[in-house]
Amino acid sequence: MLSKIFSSDAIAEALTILKEEIPFALWETSYVTVLATAFAIVLGLPLGVLLVAGEKNGVRPLPKGVMHVLNVVINLLRSIPFLILMILVFPLTRLIVGTSVGTTASIVPLVIAAFPFVARLVESSLREINPNIIEMAQSMGASPMQIIVKVMIPESIPSLISNFTIAITTVLGYTAMSGIIGGGGLGKIAINYGYYRYKYLVMLIAVIILIVLVQVFQSIGTRLAVKLDRRVKH
Amino acid sequence: MIELKNMSKTFRTAAGTVEALKNISLTVNDGDIYGIIGMSGAGKSTLVRCINMLERPTEGKVLMDGQDMGALSQKELRKVRREVTMIFQGFNLLMQKTCLRNICFPLELAGVKKADAKKRAKELLEIVGLPDKAESYPAQLSGGQQQRIAIARALATEPKVLLCDEATSALDPKTTHDILELLRDINKRLGITIIMITHQMSVVEEICNRVAILDGGVVVEEGEVSTVFADPHSDAAKRLVAPDGEEEVVPANPGERVFRIVFNGAMAAGAPLITQMAIDERIAANILYASTKCLGDKVYGNMLLGLPEEEETVQRAVKYLNEVGNVIITEVKGDA
Repeated sequence: MLSKIFSSDAIAEALTILKEEIPFALWETSYVTVLATAFAIVLGLPLGVLLVAGEKNGVRPLPKGVMHVLNVVINLLRSIPFLILMILVFPLTRLIVGTSVGTTASIVPLVIAAFPFVARLVESSLREINPNIIEMAQSMGASPMQIIVKVMIPESIPSLISNFTIAITTVLGYTAMSGIIGGGGLGKIAINYGYYRYKYLVMLIAVIILIVLVQVFQSIGTRLAVKLDRRVKH
Repeated sequence: MIELKNMSKTFRTAAGTVEALKNISLTVNDGDIYGIIGMSGAGKSTLVRCINMLERPTEGKVLMDGQDMGALSQKELRKVRREVTMIFQGFNLLMQKTCLRNICFPLELAGVKKADAKKRAKELLEIVGLPDKAESYPAQLSGGQQQRIAIARALATEPKVLLCDEATSALDPKTTHDILELLRDINKRLGITIIMITHQMSVVEEICNRVAILDGGVVVEEGEVSTVFADPHSDAAKRLVAPDGEEEVVPANPGERVFRIVFNGAMAAGAPLITQMAIDERIAANILYASTKCLGDKVYGNMLLGLPEEEETVQRAVKYLNEVGNVIITEVKGDA
């Protein structure tokens, strides 16, 4: 079987496909991943802040019922398998993008899947803050909004960046699945050629590129988080 | 002036209610360096947090220049907090911001223009003796330096009162001394009233003029530092003044009566009082224990004397010592 995968015919064919399709697929994957993560952060960050600030002992306590609903909704969205979620949000996708298939359309389910995850990540980042720092801000006359914007978020920047890196690599994984609903990218190539047409070499190469992409995102994220952390003496 | 009137604070926990503070009444005058001392768990931190309403008293009032702090709206309270700032045991600096921006922080909250805030922050860096640390991050500084930045930050909004919550407890003795010097200087130069929460007797001795001793949520003693320290009445005060259990006391000879003599600044003249008494009255007193402390510029002493049993001799000795003035004599019954 191995000899079949790496036969000269297969290699020649794979190279042609690579030349023709990979650059565009790489671009599609990157743009979908970055855009979906960005939207997920836009929605997830305030939600995560609310989860921490709205608690009983938070800086701006919210009614218990509100917090309960928030938590249930987030858990609910997090428990739906992505494959099912993609299909469930078709109506919403059509409403926003105009169509429910295609690369751009795949951004909608990705955001819906990722923002509750991001909210939880933000929540855990904000919980790391030393409560004494918040007390300090209160003692200086900071309003709840000032505490959130000037203390909680800036103080947890390194942790937030680490967590956003986790989010982006997770979203990258999900984009591979969106090939099912016509979302383009490396995932589509891997499935279309490898799974449907038995061109395993192409699949292998697509997967390797995905791995490299994850490595790149992760190391950029880690480096940024370390570089921006002022608690380290450097 | 800060007045606490019959203030109590009760916490409701799963295990039941805890009375952290019971019926506290205190007055802190403008310009005071007021020490609030007690062992851990005595309620000191809760007490100081009630002053700026980080904790709401369950009962009683906190009056700041006659204004009831509990009656202020959240917005008004935030404004008042610019006048009653706080420093902490753990410094609580913003670790992701430079020292300069840390000092600008309360000004930023108050809506002061960035350029003005920076200018003020630089002046404050001068006051606390760290003009070259503007662009450093807190993690690059030593504990003492971090506390100086925290002090600069607390002074940024030109407060009338500075609350210090165990501000020197995380520092070594030398650094503690330096920080206390700085606080004393701030008190004198800027006229800021300071309230110091501490468990360290030495801190109170070094800079406070008045002190309240807190034990089990109750103020057991209150007054001029010299008076309280020279003649502690409560157990808590005695524990704090002489933490090693008072004193290695030499046991009194059989037949001797034991008296505690407290010199309230009277030793300043350096008169050899006991020797003088032996010469003048021909009474041989047995010194069982003696200690002296310098508080400010006066000397305070605490002595246990064994006197001969005869009533007449004792009377003469007490009379003699009383005539010196500023001396308190009490007989110690039972074990000294």
